[in-house]
Amino acid sequence: MGIASEAPFHVLAVDDSLIDRMLIERLLKTSSFHVTAVDSGSKALKLLGLIEDEQRNEEPPSISLEAHQDIEVNLIITDYCMPEMTGYDLLRKIKESRSLKDIPVVIMSSENVPSRINRCLENGADEFFLKPVQLSDVNKLRPHLLKSKVKDEEHRKINNKTRELTEIHSPR
Amino acid sequence: MEVGQMQRQWLDYTRSLFLEGFLDAQFMQLQQLQDENNPDFVVEVVSLFFQDSERLLKDLTFALDQNAVDFKKVDAHVHQLKGSSSSIGAQRVKNACIDFRNFCEEQNIDACLRCLQQVKEEYCLVKNKLETLFRLEQQIVAVGGSIPLVEPTQMSF
Repeated sequence: MGIASEAPFHVLAVDDSLIDRMLIERLLKTSSFHVTAVDSGSKALKLLGLIEDEQRNEEPPSISLEAHQDIEVNLIITDYCMPEMTGYDLLRKIKESRSLKDIPVVIMSSENVPSRINRCLENGADEFFLKPVQLSDVNKLRPHLLKSKVKDEEHRKINNKTRELTEIHSPR
Repeated sequence: MEVGQMQRQWLDYTRSLFLEGFLDAQFMQLQQLQDENNPDFVVEVVSLFFQDSERLLKDLTFALDQNAVDFKKVDAHVHQLKGSSSSIGAQRVKNACIDFRNFCEEQNIDACLRCLQQVKEEYCLVKNKLETLFRLEQQIVAVGGSIPLVEPTQMSF
């Protein structure tokens, strides 16, 4: 089973600090990832094709579950402390989305708060990095990406097989 | 001065910055991220830090000058400054920010003003040191030399 080497993994980095965005971008690129860096959770959601429906005031705000991902993101790494939407809020929205929930999410924080770390991990975060993030932290990302890549491959194989069988049994 | 001497001077100066606690291991991480494809990475990040810090220090001065001090706002600014100083390895600035945040929590205005003064002093010091370091680097590069690679063992800590 050889996974053919193709385009590098695409990481979406979210941090409101420009310095930290520069840092994480350099760290990721040094590790051969393709990077897109944005400065807020809402920008990240827009990029992922998941836009909050702010128009409806009578009903509770709903989130469009069908994300039409124009770009493929293999991992999201986000700062925890951000104005408006925290990294935790972003994590929750991603995990609640049918189309995005399988994307690994990593949280970064400058503060070592065990309850915060546990809450993130319990709600679907794959890793929690303390800032400043090191190259050794970034090296921990690859297994998460390869795992979801294998999952994607298997889904694709199952879908193809299903299609094949459907065609055989219901000829036009 | 020939290149070898300049490089030794650079190494000695860098070592002193680490020994005196102005910089910590994070600064070395920045240097390790710099390469031929990103030769100005450290200078770029540090320049951003200078800009950011100056803005934050101004905002802090203003916020603490108000009749009714908004300690939440003050703390938010200090949190940012602590973050960015930590990210570039400016250890003494970071530590001054940690003290500062404690006094914000206590809502102790006098202590906060003293902390602000302390942070400003540490910032000025590290800014001068880093500018000196970058000048030494420029001189080395100008005569065709290369900036030595920094190994943690050389910094003797």
